[in-house]
Amino acid sequence: MIGETLFDRVLIRGGGALLAFVWILPLLYAIWAAFHPAAFEARFDLTAPLTLDNFASAWSQAPFARYFLNTILLVTMILVAQLVLCTLAAFAFARLEFPGKTILFTLILMQLLVMPDILLVENYKTMRALGLVDTIIAIGLPYFASGFAIFLLRQTFMTIPRELDDAARVEGCSLLGLLWRVYVPLGKPAMLAFGLVSVSHHWNNFLWPLIITNSVETRPLTVGLSIFATTDSGTAWAVINAATLMTSAPLLLGFLLFQRQFVQSFMRAGIK
Amino acid sequence: MNRRTWIHAWLMLLPAFVFLIAFTHLPAVTTLIDSFWTTGKGRRAAVFTGLGNYRKMLEDPIFIKAMVNSAVYAAITIPASILLSLAMALLVHRSFRGVSLMRMAFFTPTVLPLIAVANIWLFFYAPGFGLIDQIRLVVGLPSANYVGQPDTALYAVAAVTIWKEAGFFMIFFLAALQTIPQSLREAAAIEGCGRWTFFRLVTLPLIMPTTLFVSVNAVINAFRLVDHVFVMTKGGPDSATMLLLYYIFETGFRFWDTAYAAALTVVLIAILSVVGIGQFFLADRRVHYK
Repeated sequence: MIGETLFDRVLIRGGGALLAFVWILPLLYAIWAAFHPAAFEARFDLTAPLTLDNFASAWSQAPFARYFLNTILLVTMILVAQLVLCTLAAFAFARLEFPGKTILFTLILMQLLVMPDILLVENYKTMRALGLVDTIIAIGLPYFASGFAIFLLRQTFMTIPRELDDAARVEGCSLLGLLWRVYVPLGKPAMLAFGLVSVSHHWNNFLWPLIITNSVETRPLTVGLSIFATTDSGTAWAVINAATLMTSAPLLLGFLLFQRQFVQSFMRAGIK
Repeated sequence: MNRRTWIHAWLMLLPAFVFLIAFTHLPAVTTLIDSFWTTGKGRRAAVFTGLGNYRKMLEDPIFIKAMVNSAVYAAITIPASILLSLAMALLVHRSFRGVSLMRMAFFTPTVLPLIAVANIWLFFYAPGFGLIDQIRLVVGLPSANYVGQPDTALYAVAAVTIWKEAGFFMIFFLAALQTIPQSLREAAAIEGCGRWTFFRLVTLPLIMPTTLFVSVNAVINAFRLVDHVFVMTKGGPDSATMLLLYYIFETGFRFWDTAYAAALTVVLIAILSVVGIGQFFLADRRVHYK
């Protein structure tokens, strides 16, 4: 680095380490509180005994197994629908010429600003009209057509050389065959990137699921946790922290195991 | 021949557009229409009131409070999270021992559900035994109730937002920094260019498109991220943390005044559109594209 003195280095590293510590602190604290008896939730004694009781009592006090199942169903359903719908649309925008292309693409981009997340009242009315209130499918429906996914995949598809199209056409490939045999395989890294972003977004999504669900059978983890963890319900901090860790664990573990791919996916999704 | 391509294209777009129109464009339009009517209750049908709901807003102290709060919240979280994320990216955009650990620490909040971490932050802020209060006691300061006091609650909530967002935005700056060619750095070193000068004259202009992308996202998130409000304050105390989207939720789903909620949503959409489009056109001239 240009003109870096030892003093600079110590200052920057020290400041960086402190910042990183503050950023990881909430997670460290949650781990501390979850694995220790309630008596140690605000007392940081290194000799404190370890325990798994908090997890056991959180698991038995609320139907977390069902919440996990609901969330897994939800994120899988959303991801599959998004990939199918958005790949088709992105391919049309990237490779085909047709009337109305610009207007339709503008309509897609509008969704980046006006997301379904803020159209709560009307979307609730729509779900009621469809008789879908309090179903898992209703949580997912507004997110099936993702403007972001269409945009991202279109950008990727546009970088694929047209020579491949012609080669496939000569071989007698249909349009859908071309998409399936050439574009989908080559677009896989972008799809993986979007997949990670989508799964972590919908695993963590809260407001819309809160509104549209009202029973154990449909509630995802985030909503279940918020009902379980209200401090005035008298649940112990340690148990709340155990539940918090439990609901975040799958994503957190996935992130720790595939840190590189995760970071690269988010990077790729952000480069426009 | 050409016609067939058109039909193929439209057929490929059809499924996506059915959902897009049904859950984004159509509700946006009906929101606008509903905002000119009153809420129908029981046997009393909705009646046309024109700008009635909007006039009501001007006399609604909670709405005004929510607008002021949202403005303050945006004014704090947007610059703070962008500056911090840029600093983080510059920090971890080099190799030294422990850099991957540091990068992980910054990014972790992105994968944690906001609703879950709000509980942990609530403990940090808890008066008496919370982490911050324990530190205050050691230093000899009196106990403080950050979330329970109207004058600090909004800042306490904003701090969580900044913590959540900075690591996410860092990734984008990191990606941008990696596209700056090493040769520029070497050339600058030969010219005897200082670090700050290099940053100001080379790095900053080159990462401008990323800065634009990040700031658009920061603006959207400033109005969209309210999950932690549900856990930490529920808009209180005394509406101190009432944000526009949270107020829409309360109006629409706690008081079931859907028409007024629709009018509030129109305000939110208008703000997002103006800020988003304005930012795009304003920054367009100063952005350095390849």
